Amino acid sequence: MSKVNLSAPGGTPSDVERIKQESNYLRGTLAASMLEPLSAGISDDDNRLMKFHGSYLQDDRDLRNERQKQKLEPAYQFMLRVRMPGGVAQPGQWLVMDELARKYGNGTLKLTTRQTFQMHGILKWNMKNTIQSIHQALLDTIAACGDVNRNVMCISNPYQSDIHAEVYEWAKRLSNDLLPRTRAYHELWLDEELVASTPEQDEELEPMYGPLYLPRKFKIGIAVPPSNDIDVFSQDLGFIAIVEEGRLVGFNVAIGGGMGMSHGDKETYPQLAKVIGFCKPEQIYDVAEKIITIQRDYGNRSQRKNARFKYTVDRLGLDTVKRELEHRLGWSLDEAKSYHFNENGDRYGWVQGVGDKWHFTMFIQGGRIADFEGFQLMTGLREIAKVHTGDIRLTANQNLIIANVTPQKKDEITELLGRYGLADVQQYSGLRRSSMACVALPTCGLAMAEAERYLPVLIDKIEGILDDNGLRQEEITIRMTGCPNGCARHALGEIGFIGKAPGKYNLYLGAAFDGSRLSKMYRENIGEDDILGELRVLLARYAKEREGGEHFGDFVVRAGIIAATTDGTNFHA
Amino acid sequence: MQLQATNSPFNQEQADLLNRLLPALTDMQKIWLSGYLVAAVPAAAAGAGTPGAQAQTSGAPAAASKEITLLYGSQSGNSQGLTKKAAKKLEENGFQVTVSSMSDFKTNQLKKVEQLLIVVSTHGEGEPPDNAIAFHEFLHSKRAPRLEGLKFSVLSLGDSSYEWYCKTGQDFDTRLEALGGTRFYPRVDCDVDYEEPASKWVEGVLSSLKEAQGARTAAAVVQGATAPAAEAAAAAESVYSRTNPFAAEVLANINLNGRGSNKETRHLELSLEESGLVYQPGDALGVYPLNDPTLVELLLAETKWDPAATVTVGKQGEAHPLREALTEYLDITTLTKSLLDKLAPLASKPDLAQLLASGNEAAAKAYIKGRDLLDFIRDYGPLQGSAQDVVSNLRKIPVRLYSIASSQRANPDEVHLTIGAVRYDAHGRERKGVCSTYCAERLQPGDKVSVYVQPNTHFKLPEDPGTPIIMVGPGTGIAPFRSFMQEREEAGAAGPSWLFFGDQHFVTDFLYQTEWQRWLKDGVLTRMDIAFSRDTDEKVYVQHRMAQHAKELYEWLKQGAVVYVCGDMKNMARDVHKTLAEIISSEGGMSLDQAEAYLTEMKKNKRYQRDVY
Repeated sequence: MSKVNLSAPGGTPSDVERIKQESNYLRGTLAASMLEPLSAGISDDDNRLMKFHGSYLQDDRDLRNERQKQKLEPAYQFMLRVRMPGGVAQPGQWLVMDELARKYGNGTLKLTTRQTFQMHGILKWNMKNTIQSIHQALLDTIAACGDVNRNVMCISNPYQSDIHAEVYEWAKRLSNDLLPRTRAYHELWLDEELVASTPEQDEELEPMYGPLYLPRKFKIGIAVPPSNDIDVFSQDLGFIAIVEEGRLVGFNVAIGGGMGMSHGDKETYPQLAKVIGFCKPEQIYDVAEKIITIQRDYGNRSQRKNARFKYTVDRLGLDTVKRELEHRLGWSLDEAKSYHFNENGDRYGWVQGVGDKWHFTMFIQGGRIADFEGFQLMTGLREIAKVHTGDIRLTANQNLIIANVTPQKKDEITELLGRYGLADVQQYSGLRRSSMACVALPTCGLAMAEAERYLPVLIDKIEGILDDNGLRQEEITIRMTGCPNGCARHALGEIGFIGKAPGKYNLYLGAAFDGSRLSKMYRENIGEDDILGELRVLLARYAKEREGGEHFGDFVVRAGIIAATTDGTNFHA
Repeated sequence: MQLQATNSPFNQEQADLLNRLLPALTDMQKIWLSGYLVAAVPAAAAGAGTPGAQAQTSGAPAAASKEITLLYGSQSGNSQGLTKKAAKKLEENGFQVTVSSMSDFKTNQLKKVEQLLIVVSTHGEGEPPDNAIAFHEFLHSKRAPRLEGLKFSVLSLGDSSYEWYCKTGQDFDTRLEALGGTRFYPRVDCDVDYEEPASKWVEGVLSSLKEAQGARTAAAVVQGATAPAAEAAAAAESVYSRTNPFAAEVLANINLNGRGSNKETRHLELSLEESGLVYQPGDALGVYPLNDPTLVELLLAETKWDPAATVTVGKQGEAHPLREALTEYLDITTLTKSLLDKLAPLASKPDLAQLLASGNEAAAKAYIKGRDLLDFIRDYGPLQGSAQDVVSNLRKIPVRLYSIASSQRANPDEVHLTIGAVRYDAHGRERKGVCSTYCAERLQPGDKVSVYVQPNTHFKLPEDPGTPIIMVGPGTGIAPFRSFMQEREEAGAAGPSWLFFGDQHFVTDFLYQTEWQRWLKDGVLTRMDIAFSRDTDEKVYVQHRMAQHAKELYEWLKQGAVVYVCGDMKNMARDVHKTLAEIISSEGGMSLDQAEAYLTEMKKNKRYQRDVY
């Protein structure tokens, strides 16, 4: 527990550090920018700060060139992301989000890979109304993006409801306690009066984060084995619940995971978090806070693409970080306890939980809630939310659970599920049920290729191959992201795609079905024909050569089709 | 004409020089020179009265009966152009001519005028054009003098598709007579195809005058002409005109409205290369449209006329195949009462006679509104007689004028237009604005379109580039202000500028948004206020934004700002005017009447200019 001498990487601080520095705790010139009437956009500096308030300025990229010719500015609009630890929403909150999406957004809701709602297409002048309505529904968007701790994830599979409820409470507490303390959000969006400023110290205004906040985003998730639905190893800080004799005894602590990387830069890579020990439930906040302060102090503030905690851990060494953590805690972690994960997907359909409550897990393609032609998904869910008395849980796989349905309500909900065509999960192939895609085009500014709009179409075509090989109900995780930042956790999909250019993707293989092994690039920059060509060969071999119960990701490694990625540092090897 | 010291303000030496020079000049050179001289006279001297005219009036009383005053009231410049032509003709025939716009004419001089010619157009719902309003009001007020000694004649311009066709000219004609004047030549009302009747009127006036008195030489004095010499000279260079339009190549044709808009506003870029056409910010471009071929085919199918049969059109009797005549020459989209009267003998339904009978004017008017020739034929046809019998009664497709949206300084070989496509359903069929949808739907880059420049001296940037300007231009009314900003940017003008713009939706209808953003950033445009009427529960229009900034706006007025209003006449221009008066009243501590007088004074001083339609 002795103090070790550590230092952060040198170099000129990135421009975002300047923006944070000058922002007066995330205020910047946002108030004026939001009122400026001649543009629906805001300045780049303010947009950086906007993220801390749970929103990005985006534009409809489908219209970008067209509007430029029309002498119109880009179709600027805001994405707004809710902070909702563990993805648990009350039916009333669902109804509010549903209404806001239709009133101010683009008429749809996106269920994110971090268990929350995202709305797109909100115009600048509607932002305040939207955020206030969310606030009135007892939700907020604080720190949903930005260089802070993000929405805390938590297992949503409700098989073990008692444990789940307990773990959820810890997730909620972490999320709340790790929030920034600045009143900027309340002043900007909720009309909170500006308190006459007293010369407070940074330590009082933002005791944990300080005026510069973190070097980069920070993600926490809590898993309860045997389900790894939240991909605990993809988190900067993962907690694995340890249950003994039906009691939550504590958590294994895993640090240094993260999915993002940059094309063509081997200094960047996806990495899995590594377990460094065990803590008791009541120690969870201290561990999180001290880990965050280590990253605050030693993270890279010069190169944003090397700023995630995983690089800090890999640079300093796992043991060093553990020693520093224990030094800051003033106590040592216990030895990690054994655990076992089965999978990182969702189990669909009705299950009975503890007591007499029922839960229905529903597949939501691409996490997109909308009314499609011949498929009134959004309307159906609205009707269910109107009568539902339990809660609605967003899963880490962009799906949702109608949870805690009383036996009295089960028939009514079942009838509604049937009426709107939501009940039959088996109508989807195992591959589709295990699919995830980030938003990408047209709204995401980072996207290099389609993801959410294209993956379903690609799956249609792969399903033909599956049928040829008798694999239709086989669960194979398939994940597509429009850029290497990895919102859909592509590096943990058994079939992973990263967009390179319109219609072109890198194809990754070899990740483990339970989220414990990263994938590796199999083919670079290929189009649909090549993708289908490769998969036709691989899936045919898998159907013939697999061993009993062997998952596709394990098969391609065993068959020597791709080398196993044993650590993020050999992802590119 | 020979100038002498006795018949001109010059001494003998000057007169000799001029006598040698003038006969050597071409007509164009003479026009240029007259413009140059007017512009070269210092303002103070001009303000003191035009010495030449006065010297002659007082010095040669015997010449009084040869003096003739021409007053014009012009919105788009047609009346002004005709007046100048008439003046030239009269001058060539030895008359001493004084030309003035009605707004520049001093009403206390009216009593002294012995012979008066009025050329005036009618605007919108029977209203006088902007620069005729005050004179029209004066003549109809109690202050109007008795005019027993006055001889007059009126040329009236209009568009017979409007109910109050040529009303302003008729007003003047009736009123001058009521005040005791004598109509020495009958009024002529001209439709959009005005050249021929107008020149007949000039000939008629001239022969009446000649009949009454012998011709005698005199100098023409052009009063109130404002065009700078260079402009007049350059404009004179082009061989292209209303009667000889230039076939301009379409360079670009862009819909300025984003997806999801209720509107379609086209930005048209045309090449003027090698045309010699010259325009100033504020001028308009005349566009000769072609009819919608779909409508032509419907008409041909309905009538079963032979599309290839030759028909003659126009007074010159040009021969064209029928389809071509209907597409390129004839107005098939507007009905008028007089057209119905003419076609009535050909109709086969008896109830038409009843509709056209006197006493049924309201029903006839209601029928005409929004209907076209095809409706008429479907309702009252089939028409007896030949295609030629019908065609002979149709007027020429009227030219459309659009405020120019570019500056020639910024785009030397181009002219840009901002055209709102007009489409609506009426009487069970989709109707399309002839010229706007011709531009929106059928003009592709590379196509040619017939155009000419229509100068508008009543909508001009202040001569002093430092003068502040306030521009109010919602919808397509934005067009001339784009031209103003381009011009001021090129000129490096230091004067502050303030633009009010409005439309339906911010996201889709902010016309030329990125250009305004850039001009604001660069300081060419000082400030901009916008009103999008359908983005909020309560409709917001430009006049509301003006009222919101009443204090600053009045400050700008006090600092000499010139106010420009362009766009819809019926509602917008009226509401903006009312708001301006209210702002002046409240901020200036005046009564509304005083505020109106303030605005009238501004108009007089060219500080309140409108281009409304």
